Amino acid sequence: MQSLDEIKARAEAAVPGAKIEIVPNPGPANQPSLLLDHEHAGAVALFLRDDPALKLDHCSNVTGVDWLDRKVSKKVKVKKVVDGAEKEVEESQEEFFPGYLEAVYHLFSMTLKHGPVVIRMRTADRAQGAQLPSLTPVWRSAEFQEREIFDLYGIKFDGHPDLRRILMWDEFEDFPMRKDYREPDDYEYEPTPHDEVLEKAKQHYTPRPQLDGAENLTAAQQ
Amino acid sequence: MIGTGVLKGMAVTARNFLGSYFEKDRLITVQYPEERETLPENYRNFPFLVYDNDPEAGLRCVACKICEKECPPQCIYIVKSDDKKPDYMGKPQFYPKIFDIDISVCMSCQICVEVCPFEAIKMDKVFELSRRERFDALLLRKDELAKSNTYYHGIHPLEAAEVDANLAAAAAAKKKPAPAPAVPKT
Amino acid sequence: MSATGFHELEGAPPKAMNARIEGDLMEVSMGPQHPSTHGVFRMNVALDGEVVRKLKPVFGYLHRNHEKIGENTSYLGSMPYTDRLDYFCSMTNNWAYALSVEKLAGIEVPERAEYLRVILAELTRLQNHVSLLGFLLSDMGAWGTPLMYAFREREKILDLFESLSGSRMMCDYMRFGGCRVDAGPDWFARAQKIIDAFPRFLDEFEELIVSNEILIARTQNVGKLSAELAINAGITGPMLRASGVNYDLRKVDGYGIYPRFKFRIPLGDHGDCYDRLMLRALEMRESLGILNQAMKEIPAGPIMNPKVKVRAFKPPIGEAYGRIEGPKGELGFYLISDGGASPYRYRVRPPSFINLTVLEDLCLGHTVADVMVILGSVDIVMGEVDR
Repeated sequence: MQSLDEIKARAEAAVPGAKIEIVPNPGPANQPSLLLDHEHAGAVALFLRDDPALKLDHCSNVTGVDWLDRKVSKKVKVKKVVDGAEKEVEESQEEFFPGYLEAVYHLFSMTLKHGPVVIRMRTADRAQGAQLPSLTPVWRSAEFQEREIFDLYGIKFDGHPDLRRILMWDEFEDFPMRKDYREPDDYEYEPTPHDEVLEKAKQHYTPRPQLDGAENLTAAQQ
Repeated sequence: MIGTGVLKGMAVTARNFLGSYFEKDRLITVQYPEERETLPENYRNFPFLVYDNDPEAGLRCVACKICEKECPPQCIYIVKSDDKKPDYMGKPQFYPKIFDIDISVCMSCQICVEVCPFEAIKMDKVFELSRRERFDALLLRKDELAKSNTYYHGIHPLEAAEVDANLAAAAAAKKKPAPAPAVPKT
Repeated sequence: MSATGFHELEGAPPKAMNARIEGDLMEVSMGPQHPSTHGVFRMNVALDGEVVRKLKPVFGYLHRNHEKIGENTSYLGSMPYTDRLDYFCSMTNNWAYALSVEKLAGIEVPERAEYLRVILAELTRLQNHVSLLGFLLSDMGAWGTPLMYAFREREKILDLFESLSGSRMMCDYMRFGGCRVDAGPDWFARAQKIIDAFPRFLDEFEELIVSNEILIARTQNVGKLSAELAINAGITGPMLRASGVNYDLRKVDGYGIYPRFKFRIPLGDHGDCYDRLMLRALEMRESLGILNQAMKEIPAGPIMNPKVKVRAFKPPIGEAYGRIEGPKGELGFYLISDGGASPYRYRVRPPSFINLTVLEDLCLGHTVADVMVILGSVDIVMGEVDR
C-alpha cells in the first residue's frame, strides 16, 4: 500500500481545494491518520473508496472521540524589569486548546486486502458547532455507527439518511459518552432502592413508604 | 424423491434417542442435585479470604487495598485497622477492620486474586448461594469470607500446594539477613 | 409521541418509516420479548398482508455503555467486561482486546500462548457456530431437537473452557502478553478427544439438516445479500463470505500465528440464508483442521511475557486499532491511550451490530416468518449489539 504522504498528495490532487493534514500517532502501533476538512470530506472519501490503487471499500470502524478544552501551563522564561534591573523571571503561561469532537473512520480494502487508513474529522467546538458531513452515502457501514456517535457524542451528521438516537431512548437528552457527562441522580433505577441510590432517588420522587426500605423488612423477618 | 431428507433426519433423531441409552457421549446431563459432577480444579466462583490458624488473627490480608482498587465492578470494601497486630508469621501488620464483598455485584473475574501480593484472597467453589433477600444477605462480611488454609487445600489442591511452597520460600528468604520484601506500591 | 408509535427527536430529519406510511400497511412491533430475536431486540415492521414492506431495527434494551465503563476502569479491569460483550465467544473477545492493547503498548506474546489462543479461539468458533445452527433451526420451528444436539456438543467445549479458565462462559482467560493459566497434558488429552469426536457429530448434524426439504424451502433464496452491498455495508464474517467475498482476517491480517496453519476459506455463492447456514458448517470443519495442527505443534514454554506488569499497567501515549476474525465477524477494539492507567477512548467494533445494517434490505419482500430466519442467519448476540 502507498504511504500516507502519497495518499495525501494524491487525494489533494484529485480533489481540488481539499485540505488534508496528517495526524501523527506516537505509539508503537504507528497508525497515523488523515484529518479531512468538512467541505471536501465526502469527495476525498469517494476518492479513497474508488481509486483503483487504494480501493478502501471496507469502512470498518467509525467512532467518536471527545477532546475537552485543555489548558496547558508552561513555564516560560521572560525578561522583565524588576527593581530597575533586567532579570530573567520564570512565568507560567497558560495555553488554551479549545475542545472538539472527533469522528474517526478506519478504512480497509477488501478487494486489495490492505489497510488500515485512518481518517478523522473534527468539529468546530463541542456545542453548537458539533456538525460533520456524513460519510454514510459513501460507506453504508457508517449508517448505524454514525447514528451511535450522534446518540452518544452529539455530533450531527449532515446528509445522514436517518439520524436519530440508536442506543439511548429518544427522550434522552444528554450525550453519555462525553467526558464531562454527569449521570442523573436517579441513574441507578431500582424497584426497591437502598443506600445511596435511595437517598438520590428521594430527591427526585415522592417517597413511597410501602416500597422504600422494603429490603429491611425482609431482613427483619429472617 | 421429496421427503427423503425429512426421513433421513428422523433416522438421525432415532439414532440419538436409542444411542442415549448406550453412549455416554450422547447423554451428558446429570440428575442434579442427586447427582453432581466434580468441579474442575480451576473452577472459580466468588472470592474468600485465607487464614492460617485462627480465623481472626491468622488472616493473611494486610488491608493493602490493592484488590479494592483493582476490582472492576468495585464490589470490595475494606477499612484498614488503626493498630497493628502480628500476622501468621509474627510480623506486626495492619489488618482489615472491615472486609466486605458484595457478591451480588462481584463478577468472579479473579482479578483480586491475581493482584494480591500476599496470597490472601482466593476463589471459592461454592455456587449454591441462593438467599431469601437481595441486599444484606448477599453482602459477605469478614467472618463469612474467612476460610482456613485447609479448606483452600480441599478445593484447589494443586494451586494451594504451590502457594504454600511460595510462602515457605519467602519465609525462609526472610530469615536470612536479607532486606524485607518491598511493600507493594499502591 | 407520534401516531405511529415513534418518537420524534427535535431537529432530527423525518424518519423514513413513518414518513411514507400509506394505504393499509400494518405496523407490527416484533420483539423485544420474543424468543427468536436472540435477546431483547425489536423490529418495527410494516406489513402488507404478510409481506414486509419496511423494517426498522430498534436497539438499546441491553445498553449499559460498555465503552464508558471501559474508559473508567484500568486496562486489565476491562478484560472481564469484554467477556460480557458477546457472551458466546468470550475467548475471542478477550483475544481481540488483548491484541489491541498489545498493539498499543508493543507487547510480544510467547509462542505457547499464541498456540493456546488459536486453540481456544477455534474451539470458540466451533461452539458459536454449532449453537447458531441449533438456534436457527429452532427459529424455523424445529423446536428443541437440533438445538439440544447442538448444545450437547457445545457443553463439552464449555467444560473444556471451565476446566482451563475456571468459568464456562465468562472465561476472562487472556492477558496482555499471554494467557492466565497453562493447560496441562490432561487438558490437551481431553480436548483432543472432543476434537476427534466432533466430525462424527457434524456428519450427523448435516445429515439432519442439509437435505431436509423443509429447511431448503425455508432458507434457499431467502434474504439474498449481494457481494457489493455486503462490502459497502461493512458486513464481515461468515455473512460476508456467504456472499462470495473472500475476506477472512485470519488470512488477510494473519494475526497471531495463523499464517502457520493450513486451512481453506469456505465461500458461498448465492448469499442466501442456506449459504450462510452451510458456510458455518463448512467453517467448523476447517476449524477442526486448524485445531488438529495446533494441538500437534504446540511447543512448551512460558505463557506470559514476563515484562508485562500485572498492577499499574500503563501503555505509552498513542492509539491503536486491533481486530480479529471473531466467529461473528470482524471484532475490533480501538484504544486511545493518554498515558494513564485507563484508556482515554475505548471503542468496540461489534460485528453483530454492523451486520444488522442490511437487515432491512434482506427482509424486504419476504414474509414475517422469513424475518426470523434471516435474523437468525445474521447471528447476533444482543450483549454485543447494544453494549
